[in-house]
Amino acid sequence: MALDSKVPQGPLKDKWTDYKNKINLVNPANKRHIDVIVVGTGLAGGSASATLAELGYNVKSFAYQDSPRRAHSIAAQGGINAAKNYQGDGDSTYRLFYDTVKGGDYRSREANVYRLAEVSANIIDQCVAQGVPFARDYGGLLDNRSFGGVLVSRTFYAKGQTGQQLLLGAYSAMNRQIARGKIEMFNRHEMLDVVIVDGKARGIIARNLVTGEIERHSAHAVVIASGGYGNVYFLSTNAMGSNVTAGWKVHKKGAYFANPCYTQIHPTCIPRSGDYQSKLTLMSESLRNDGRIWVPKNMDDVMAIREGRKKPTDLSEEQRDYYLERRYPAFGNLVPRDVASRAAKERCDAGYGVNATGEAVYLDFASAITRYGKEQAKIQNINNPSDAKIYELGQKIVEAKYGNLFQMYEKIVDENPYETPMMIYPAVHYTMGGIWVDYNLMTTIPGCYAIGEANFSDHGANRLGASALMQGLADGYFVLPYTIGDYLADDIRTGKISTDSPEFEAAEKEVTDRIKFFINNKGTHSVDYYHKKLGKIMWDKCGMSRNKAGLEEAIEEISALRKDFWQNVLVPGTDTEYNEQLAKAGRVADFLELGELFAKDALVREESAGGHFREEYQTEEGEAKRLKEFQFVSAWEYKGEPKDAVLHKEELVYENIEVKERSYK
Amino acid sequence: MSGFFKSSIGRKVSMALSAFFLMFFLLQHLAINVLSVFSPDTFNEVSHFMGTNPVVQFALQPVLIFAVVFHFVMGFILELKNKKAQGVSYAKNNGAANSTWMSRNMIYSGITILAFIVLHFIDFWFPEINTKFIQGDWSGVMDGVDGYRYYEELVHKFVNPIRVAAYVVAFVFLGLHLAHGFTSAFQSVGANSLRKKLEKLGLAYSIIIPAGFIFIALYHHLNH
Amino acid sequence: MNLTLKIWRQKDSSTKGQMVDYKVTEISEHMSFLEMMDVLNEQLVNAGEEPVAFDHDCREGICGMCSMYINGEAHGPDRGVTTCQLHMRMFKDGDTITIEPFRAAAFPVIKDLVVDRSSFDRIQHAGGYISVNTSGNTQDANSIPISKHAADEAMDAATCIGCGACVATCKNSSAMLFVGAKVSQYALLPQGQVEAADRVQNMVAQMDLEGFGNCTNTGACEVECPKGISLDNIARMNRELMKANI
Repeated sequence: MALDSKVPQGPLKDKWTDYKNKINLVNPANKRHIDVIVVGTGLAGGSASATLAELGYNVKSFAYQDSPRRAHSIAAQGGINAAKNYQGDGDSTYRLFYDTVKGGDYRSREANVYRLAEVSANIIDQCVAQGVPFARDYGGLLDNRSFGGVLVSRTFYAKGQTGQQLLLGAYSAMNRQIARGKIEMFNRHEMLDVVIVDGKARGIIARNLVTGEIERHSAHAVVIASGGYGNVYFLSTNAMGSNVTAGWKVHKKGAYFANPCYTQIHPTCIPRSGDYQSKLTLMSESLRNDGRIWVPKNMDDVMAIREGRKKPTDLSEEQRDYYLERRYPAFGNLVPRDVASRAAKERCDAGYGVNATGEAVYLDFASAITRYGKEQAKIQNINNPSDAKIYELGQKIVEAKYGNLFQMYEKIVDENPYETPMMIYPAVHYTMGGIWVDYNLMTTIPGCYAIGEANFSDHGANRLGASALMQGLADGYFVLPYTIGDYLADDIRTGKISTDSPEFEAAEKEVTDRIKFFINNKGTHSVDYYHKKLGKIMWDKCGMSRNKAGLEEAIEEISALRKDFWQNVLVPGTDTEYNEQLAKAGRVADFLELGELFAKDALVREESAGGHFREEYQTEEGEAKRLKEFQFVSAWEYKGEPKDAVLHKEELVYENIEVKERSYK
Repeated sequence: MSGFFKSSIGRKVSMALSAFFLMFFLLQHLAINVLSVFSPDTFNEVSHFMGTNPVVQFALQPVLIFAVVFHFVMGFILELKNKKAQGVSYAKNNGAANSTWMSRNMIYSGITILAFIVLHFIDFWFPEINTKFIQGDWSGVMDGVDGYRYYEELVHKFVNPIRVAAYVVAFVFLGLHLAHGFTSAFQSVGANSLRKKLEKLGLAYSIIIPAGFIFIALYHHLNH
Repeated sequence: MNLTLKIWRQKDSSTKGQMVDYKVTEISEHMSFLEMMDVLNEQLVNAGEEPVAFDHDCREGICGMCSMYINGEAHGPDRGVTTCQLHMRMFKDGDTITIEPFRAAAFPVIKDLVVDRSSFDRIQHAGGYISVNTSGNTQDANSIPISKHAADEAMDAATCIGCGACVATCKNSSAMLFVGAKVSQYALLPQGQVEAADRVQNMVAQMDLEGFGNCTNTGACEVECPKGISLDNIARMNRELMKANI
């Protein structure tokens, strides 16, 4: 099947408006007869469910958590971008569009990104009307912060819990519809397959995670809003339950999977402390504004620190290697996420990691504290302040800026970051790749849509800070509710979809067989054993930097691991009860397939772009080298084994933006 | 409005309102009783006024009785509901880590106070009602006593050391009840900023009121 | 360190449960409490036994899923943290740790340490929202200025993660801190005024219907709340309900 992105004709800035004016609508009386399934209740799924229900469709929403409010969008800290230009600093729809495409290293679709920038302002209006308590200044108007290297202040925030507040806003909109009976909510349910009838997505098979019951649910359209697949690495900043299963199931039934190798590895996370570690915690990117990143210059000092004979504060300036400042004098510690992450890995691979695992670098606030302290001493007219006084004054400023992050660090690591430098290391954070969708957000299966992080569309090869929340809500509140109507307009006479069809029968049997297999296998290794092994292969060979040999090995190793998994996996308990191990087994089985496709995608993409860094394709200075001939989206068609997947290319055309090189020297 | 008092919050507001009335009552009760220590005659005068004034007898007294009965009955109802809301209890519960003993045991301090009130009614209130309403004697005098009888009756009750001991114990529990109850009542009616301002006053109240009553009981016991 | 764990085991909602003793060894003090539970579960799975079921998801203290009553306290002995943020350095080698589910009649046990908190959702359905449609044409976000003080206070109330520690720790199993926080968030914002009276009445009615107890102002909820939600929110809810009825 040839890929048709269905981008409307006409000038970029009119595309969305013209398109909305021409699409088919469903009259309110007919919407009552149309059902829509939404899988996932994060920002995208929650906002889509609420809006579709408001419009009059019967919505069935599914969440694996015990409440829609717990979806992992809740963990987003920093903020949400919107081209409001409240600060009068020259922001505009075009500038947000431009920054997003450039930040994505010219690997995203122009028309989608422009639409995203266009509706961004509506999101803020909508959320404020819902009662989202965004930060305000003393005049009572909304405050903004600057984020991720852009030149304007367009990020709206609610303390360090912006994702939480936006999700609770979407959840409240859902609650209103649940109360009206327009949304039927299925908590603690997991989608285990999509059902295709006559070539169209017409329902799903879901498992009740409490009773183990397998359920058939029909609808006229199915929306996948199940988030990203960062947990393929085992360790990530994702929630423990985040998984690719919903996305992978639709992929296996005909939806193409796009750019799986585009992963964002965030530079400032709390390092792993041991093999028992279950997840990683992000520390906001804003810390790099005042923190200086370094490792010791001499190996002796590294060993002394690891063995506890020396403290980092014992090292003089000459004994420290501020490697980002050394390599990137212009941007220093403020290089983009992908560059900062790779540089940390490079030092640690060379043996300079500063903790027991050898995977940590220092983020040091001492000079910022001294600088602020001296400044404060001047402001307060203190003559000849002592070092202790300067430190005290400076610490207050740093505390006001980052107090909650410092406290969080101290709770986890048990070290006081005011006294000793923080330790950080990059961690998997977000996946730009996902299910391929056209301009309507429809996958290659008619009637099956993908929104939010689950799709691939808006962030190209690298996502800018505070853009994920924007995309999730844009898709759910303002894009999908229009585009899905165009499709559903043909379904007003279809009537209720029966769940007794052979298609539902077959899909249910497939799901049941797989569950029975897990329960009856009685193997030798736990699900986590395989998940950890997969994570290690992914991290070592498909992580921050990749090369041909490593990727080829990864494909072999994952394939072998998958074979081992299907022979020797051990799932305790039964299938008719709450059984977390069983649920996890299904998710890891899908990760084991995705991981291989991921490596294959990375192998095929013989260039470096954004989060995808191929060692063979770098400039003399070791920077990412993007190639014109790879200016396309890789959309993979499922053909059985991942190695047999077929590549389809969607060429990316940039008519409104000039494709340039990035340099941070 | 009737729906309001059936709601959980309405009930706690009604507990607080009855508590405010009872706390005011305690204050004036103590103020009058203290007179017995300093000036038996004034005590007699005031007691007679209170005991014969129609407003006090026919308006305030019924309200007081209602408030007492209501506060206890509602207290028990809420306790039963709360027990039911708990379901299975914890194998290990460390309540001391997050709340005061007083706040967690209002029902027990309350039961102690109830037992005291029964004793107190037998001692004073039933004889009063008997004298005034059954025998119709509103004179305030009795044989063998010069002037009014109230002071003599009071002193007489505190001769028995067992009764004095019972009173002292009850007042200690009253103090514990008030130590939580005073500020809690303000919180219940939504006056949370007032609650914070009145924290010291509440503590003082919960010490002074019971201490005052204890002082009176001991004073009369030791001096007669 | 080596520890003895006393854990509540219960097959499902209709079966009676009991405390069962387990031993775990070589626990690092840097582990989070849930990582310690992972170690136990891996041990149980490898021994062919059923692992202990417990709720958890984000493991960074924001989703509100984790819910353990540890040594007699909701989310354990540390302050301002959820169970997933509690670290083993709070315990000593040789300790016995008692782990129970969050208890309340309105939070029935699903399995082991997993409880059903859908009662919280139903309270939100009753009024935890502002009735505004997604039009994309609501008035401009800056058209109603909101004082920084009110916005900050609303944010403090909105920080609630809905974990249920307040109910679990309350001797009366009262949900008033949770409901008070939601009522307060909207009561503090101009957008929430239009429906304020109906909202508080409906949410309180649903709270009562779910079988939560009555607040007696012990203040335990405020102390155990991982997000430091203030008792002031309960007082505000009381005022709102009185206002709605007068």
